[in-house]
Amino acid sequence: MSNALVVTRREVLDSFRDWRIIVPILILTLGFPALSQFGAQLMLNFVTQYGAELIGERTIPFLLMIVGFFPISLSLVIALETFVGEKERLSLEPLLSTPLTNLELYIGKTLAAMIPPLLSSYVGMGVYLSGLLFGELAWRPQPMLIVQIVLLTTAQALLMVTGAVVVSSQTTSTRAANLLASFIVVPMSLLIILESIVMFGAPDAESPNGIFSLWVILVGLLIGTVLFMRVGTRIFNREELLGRSLDMLNLRWAWGVLWRQFGVRLLSGDIRRWYREAVFPVLGELRRPVVVVMICMVAAFVGGWVIGQMPDWRLPAASAQDEVGLANNFREWFEMGSRPATVLLAVWQNGRVLLAATILAAISFGVMAVVLAILPFGILGWLFAQFTVLNLSPGLFLAAVVPHSLIEVPAILLATAAAVRLGAIITRAHENTTVGEVWLRALADTFKVGLGVVLPLLILAALIEVFITPLVVRIALGG
Amino acid sequence: MIEAQGLTKHFGDFHAVEDVSLNVERGMVLALLGPNGAGKTTTVRMMTSILKPTAGWARIAGYDVTTQAVQVRAHVGVLTEQHGLYERMHPLEYLDFFGRLYHLDAATRRSRALQLMERFGLGDALSKRLGEFSKGMKQKLALVRAMLHDPSVLLLDEPTSAMDPQSAKLVRDAILELRRSARTFIVTTHNLSEAQILADRIAIIRRGRIIAEGTVEELSRRFVGEPLMELRVRFPLNGLTQQLGDMVDVVEQGDRWLRYRTADPVAVNPQVLRRLTGLGIDVVTLSPVQQTMEAIYLRIVEEDERAQNGSNNVH
Repeated sequence: MSNALVVTRREVLDSFRDWRIIVPILILTLGFPALSQFGAQLMLNFVTQYGAELIGERTIPFLLMIVGFFPISLSLVIALETFVGEKERLSLEPLLSTPLTNLELYIGKTLAAMIPPLLSSYVGMGVYLSGLLFGELAWRPQPMLIVQIVLLTTAQALLMVTGAVVVSSQTTSTRAANLLASFIVVPMSLLIILESIVMFGAPDAESPNGIFSLWVILVGLLIGTVLFMRVGTRIFNREELLGRSLDMLNLRWAWGVLWRQFGVRLLSGDIRRWYREAVFPVLGELRRPVVVVMICMVAAFVGGWVIGQMPDWRLPAASAQDEVGLANNFREWFEMGSRPATVLLAVWQNGRVLLAATILAAISFGVMAVVLAILPFGILGWLFAQFTVLNLSPGLFLAAVVPHSLIEVPAILLATAAAVRLGAIITRAHENTTVGEVWLRALADTFKVGLGVVLPLLILAALIEVFITPLVVRIALGG
Repeated sequence: MIEAQGLTKHFGDFHAVEDVSLNVERGMVLALLGPNGAGKTTTVRMMTSILKPTAGWARIAGYDVTTQAVQVRAHVGVLTEQHGLYERMHPLEYLDFFGRLYHLDAATRRSRALQLMERFGLGDALSKRLGEFSKGMKQKLALVRAMLHDPSVLLLDEPTSAMDPQSAKLVRDAILELRRSARTFIVTTHNLSEAQILADRIAIIRRGRIIAEGTVEELSRRFVGEPLMELRVRFPLNGLTQQLGDMVDVVEQGDRWLRYRTADPVAVNPQVLRRLTGLGIDVVTLSPVQQTMEAIYLRIVEEDERAQNGSNNVH
């Protein structure tokens, strides 16, 4: 670690010598908090005239968050510049020729990008808070809320910096890094909006334990940071840092990689050979994500079942015991008819969810695919709990769910596992190939599994759901 | 001290370095000579464990470049092709930063830095920021950085490329002095005369392959021919060529001079002088004609080109 700190020290000193960093930091540390404090006071006075003190009270911690966030947005700029800037100034290679390990260099640079903006952020929040606490306003907030805001600010800085370091290590120019930064800036802006909504509208805003939703966001930020750090340390290597010379999007090359990995030649020749040589080997590679997704699905089902047992989450007994209504619901379902159009509807419904899961997986390291896939299992668990709690026959539930699920669940499992692999593959180190190529191959593999296995299974499941499941339910209902 | 066997580096379809084998003994200087884009820098980067070889291996100062990368970099001093310095820093601060990365104590960092800066004529520039340095000064400081931790192996990529003749000589003298204290060097250059002055052995690299390796004399003999001697006499030759025809191969002649080739000048030259003295011819001088590195290099490249074309035609 000592070498990492040597790098950090140099970079921090260098940052403090750059007036382009120092001037905004000073303004955001001293000027902006004072302005915010003044604004908070004005706002409070104004809304008080109309009896809307609550809005004023909620604005004060919101502005604290903003005062903390503005300086840390600078960390993004520093971090984006951290590798690619050195590369452009040609000072990276001498550094790479020293006994620094990849991890030391990564940690050193990451800390260097965080320390000045975070210090500025803490000082800024301190200035803002001292004015409010000891000034005319004598604001007395819940201490935990302050702790939450400080922790959130730190976690946001961590997430932005770790993300920006990944971007910086994978681009060849500061311009390209800045353009790619929108992938960090846009989600962070949305997050700030979400946090604002939470801070204004949270029913537990005065709780001594802090706002629950902010704790959830904090955990989410930390998970994102861990994932970015993992990506950063895995894909960071000297060869990638020095070897890249162009950022041009080579569509022809990308198409070639997809084409070859998909096995188009095999497919056009002999479909059995395509399955044997191109599809089944990928299924073998999905073993680990399949296990992970399966565990999450079971956990979601159990979680749904546990929640379904809780009195607050149960269905009102009256509506559940309305057997006539229940029968009517089933009748409506049956009356949708066992028609091919219904089959298509079922395939389309499952297909688009899985497609959305795959797209989200690609930009969330696979996490969102798992979230989308396990939601229905949580609901199923909850529904199953209602049957048991209300003494309805579980056989009816099983009859309505099991026949087509025998095919549909494996299809969802495989599609989700492929999506998870697609999203998570960039978090692993790869020898002798670029991250882009590895990702394109994973994308082709996802298409192969989707078209070769998942789609046929979904069609089969839909056929069962439309033509067989209703018959089984009828039998379960006693004809 | 430096060993490489079958060192190969491919970037996708591009073969930057192909099957390079080198062996540089302790206290020797190997010049890696070649045109731009020949694979010199890639070879050096593999030897400093910045790039992983696609195939082959190399050991530097006893450490494997693939499995002991950190140790390799700790024992090697590298002058990179682009010496990019941190322009807002002062020279001592800059050297202190690198000294820390090599775990030198504070006193050693300072004394080594001052001593080397003085030696390379940078003693007066201590108070300047690196952004104010001239190109040559920057290159000298980069060289100081490479030597700061007193490495046993130095890999210098174009060490005098940006320097004026005086500074270049300063650097060459420093290299030769360090060689005497058993430091081992690989110097990449496309400056032929510099290679000739500095190197014990020269390896010529072209299109990623070593196409020739040896001492200047070996390369000269192999590619340009046997040693060339020049004989100057006091009076016109008048059929002298025929008189020597059974002893040497006369390749050129003028009114009062001739040049001949011989595989063994030590044995042949005294015989030539004896015969000329016997014939009553006044010899003014008999001396070897130095083959310039340029002539040797161009011949080697020409032969490689021919071989390449031949191989392309066969295919």
